[in-house]
Amino acid sequence: MSIDAPQDIGQRFWRFHGGLSLRHWKQMSLQHGLEQAPLPAQLIVPIDQQIGTPAELTVSVGDTVLGGQALTRRTEAHHVNVHAPSSGRITAIEDRPVIHPRLDCQRCVVIDTDGEDHQTTLPAWDHWPEYNHEALRERLAEAGLAGLGGALFPTHLKLDRSTEQPTRLLIINGAECEPYIAADESLMRWRPEQVLLGAQILSRILDAEQCVIAIEDQMGEVENHLRQTLKALQIDNLAIIKVPTIYPEGGERQLIRVLTGDEVPAGGLPQDLGVVVQNVGTAAASYQAVVDGQPLISRVVSVTGRGVNHPVNLEARIGTPVWFLIEQAGGYTEQAARLVMGGPLMGISLPDDDRPVTKASNCLLTMIDTDIQPVAEEMPCIRCGKCSEVCPAALLPQQLLAQIRGNQLEEARALHLDACIECGCCDYVCPSQIPLTQTYRQAKHDLALSDLAQQQADRARDRHEFKEQRLAEQKARRRQRLESRREQPDNSKSDDIKAAIARAREKRQAAADQNCDATESQD
Amino acid sequence: MSTTVLLALIAVIVLIGALGAVLGFAASRLSSDVGPVVEQVNAILPQTQCGQCGYPGCLPYARAIVDEEVAFNQCPPGGETVIGELAELLGRDPLPLNPENGEVKPAMVAWIIEEDCIGCTKCIQDCPVDAIVGTAKMMHTVIAQECTGCELCLPPCPVDCIVMIPVNAQRQALTTVDILNVRLPA
Repeated sequence: MSIDAPQDIGQRFWRFHGGLSLRHWKQMSLQHGLEQAPLPAQLIVPIDQQIGTPAELTVSVGDTVLGGQALTRRTEAHHVNVHAPSSGRITAIEDRPVIHPRLDCQRCVVIDTDGEDHQTTLPAWDHWPEYNHEALRERLAEAGLAGLGGALFPTHLKLDRSTEQPTRLLIINGAECEPYIAADESLMRWRPEQVLLGAQILSRILDAEQCVIAIEDQMGEVENHLRQTLKALQIDNLAIIKVPTIYPEGGERQLIRVLTGDEVPAGGLPQDLGVVVQNVGTAAASYQAVVDGQPLISRVVSVTGRGVNHPVNLEARIGTPVWFLIEQAGGYTEQAARLVMGGPLMGISLPDDDRPVTKASNCLLTMIDTDIQPVAEEMPCIRCGKCSEVCPAALLPQQLLAQIRGNQLEEARALHLDACIECGCCDYVCPSQIPLTQTYRQAKHDLALSDLAQQQADRARDRHEFKEQRLAEQKARRRQRLESRREQPDNSKSDDIKAAIARAREKRQAAADQNCDATESQD
Repeated sequence: MSTTVLLALIAVIVLIGALGAVLGFAASRLSSDVGPVVEQVNAILPQTQCGQCGYPGCLPYARAIVDEEVAFNQCPPGGETVIGELAELLGRDPLPLNPENGEVKPAMVAWIIEEDCIGCTKCIQDCPVDAIVGTAKMMHTVIAQECTGCELCLPPCPVDCIVMIPVNAQRQALTTVDILNVRLPA
C-alpha cells in the first residue's frame, strides 16, 4: 500500500517487522548541553572516511596546513574530500589504529596542531538559493559531506536529481533510536536553525515534493525547539513528525516503511521509491558547508555511559583521540569496564582509547560491569524463533546461522544475508548467547572475498584465452606467409642477381663434373 | 494389417528420420569442443594457469580430469576448497592435495626489480595472462591486478630480477562497497 497524496505522511504509521522497545538512556548526556571540545595537540585523520574508495591524497609529510584545507583531491564522482580539522604541520602519513568494524589500522594523516587554529573556508554562499542544484551538490562533495548517521554514504550521491524517479519525499532522520546516543538530538535541541535550514537546502537540491523531519515520540523537548524555530524562520514547507519509538526505527529502510508503508526492495535503494533519507547531522553540516563555506571538520559526539564522570555531548574535531574526549567528559569512573564507539547494540567495542574519532563516530559509550550482559558460554540453538520475531529485515537468523556454520555461504546468500542491517536485535534476544550479528558480518565479508576471487579468476581465464587465440592467429599468419612464398616464384630479386645466381650454379656444377672426371680418370 | 497401422508406422519412421537429421545436424554444426562437464570443472579451477598440475593451463587440466580421469588433487593454488568442490561435482571422495604438485601458498604477485631488468622480453612471452608490459631493451613491469601469481615468469628470467611478493594489502582488505554490497549510483 502506498501513499497517494503527500499530506498523508504522518497521518498514519505503518509497522515494520520485529524490532525492540528499549530504554532510552539519552538524558544522561543531554542534561549537560552541547559543548565545544578543545583542540588536542595532535589530530589523526583517517583518509578513508566514506563508502567507496577514498579520494587521492595531495599532501605530504612536512606540509603545513590550515584548518579546513582539503587533504585530498576528488578524481571520481563518488569521492568526497577529507580536510585538515585545524592548522598545524603534518608529521606523519602512516597506518594508525582506527575505529573500524574489521580493520585495526588504516592510513592516517597525523597533524601536530599549532594551537592557532587558523581556518580557511570555501566561499560563503549566503544567498544559496541563487545557485543551481549541481553547484550545491558539488559544494557538498568538496566540503566532505558523507552520511553522518554512521554509514558515511557520500551525501551528494543521494542528491542526484537525474534518477528515474523524481523525489517525492525527503526524510530528515532524527529518529536516533539506539540507546545512549544523543548526538542528533542535541543538534536538534541546541542548533535547530542549522538543521532546518540544512533540510531546506537538501530539499531544494533534490527538488523534493515534500520534506519531513522524523523524530521519536519521546523527544518532546526537541519538538518544541524545532517548532519554535520553524515559526521564527517562517518555514512552512517542512513537517515535523513524531514516530513511535521502536529500535531500529532510525534505520533508513525501517523509517521509510513506518512513514510511507513502502518497502525498499532488497538490493535496491530508497531512491528507487522516490524517497531520500538524510541524517539530521548531515543536514546541519550541509548548512555549514553551503552558507558558511565551512567544510566538515567537526561533528557532535556523545560521550556518555556510567563509565565517565560527566557525560556530555561534544562538538569535536575529526581526528581527535578518544582518550582526549573522555578526559573532557571528566575521565573514567572507577567502575568503567568497556568502551564502545556507537550504541550498545551496533557499536564497535574498542580495545584501547588511542584512536581518532571520524565522521562516523556519533557516540563514545563507556559501560560498567552491571551494564554488560555477563559473558556466558555459547549454548546450542534451541530453535525458539525469537530472533526471527525481532529481525527488522524479516530474515530467518537461525537458518542463516546453520548455513554459515555449515560453510554453505551460497545458501546463506539465497536467504538474503545481504539484507541484514547488523542491528543486533537477534543477539539481544537470543537465550543461548550466540554471537549472531558477528557471524553474519564475518560471512558477508567472506562472501565478498570469494566474489572477488571469482571475478579475478574469470578475468584471468579471459585473458589467458585471448593470449592463446592471439598466439594461434600469429602462428597461422606466419605459416600462410611461408606457404605463399613457397608457391609463388620469387619475383623480388632483380634480373642481374638472378643471372649471377645462375652463373654461380653453372660454375659449381662444372667444377663438380670436373672433380668427378678427375676421380674417374684416377681409377 | 490395416492401413491405419501402416500409416502410423510410416509416420513414426518419417518422424524418426526427420528428428534424427535435425539432431545430427545440430551435433555436427552447433557442438563446442568443450563439453559441459569440462566447462564446469574449468569454472571451479582457480585460473592461475600456473601449470603445477602438469598440464599447460587450467582448461587442459579440466579436460584431462574429465576425459582421462586424471586425479583431481593436483591443483595447489586451489587447495582444499577446489578439491572439495571438484569431488562434489564428479561424485568422488575428496583426496588430500598431491604433494608432488606443490603446496598451498598465500596469494602472491610477481614484482620486477626494475634496476636489474635488462629488457629481454622472455617473461612477457611466458606470462599466461599478458600481465607484463614492456618491450625489447626497455624495462618491464607487472600489472599487479592482472597477475595470477603463477610464477611462470621466474625461470625464463636470465638475471633473476623477478620476485614474488604477498598480494597488496589493499587488494585483500576490501573496500566498504564490497562488504556492504551497496550500489553506488553512477
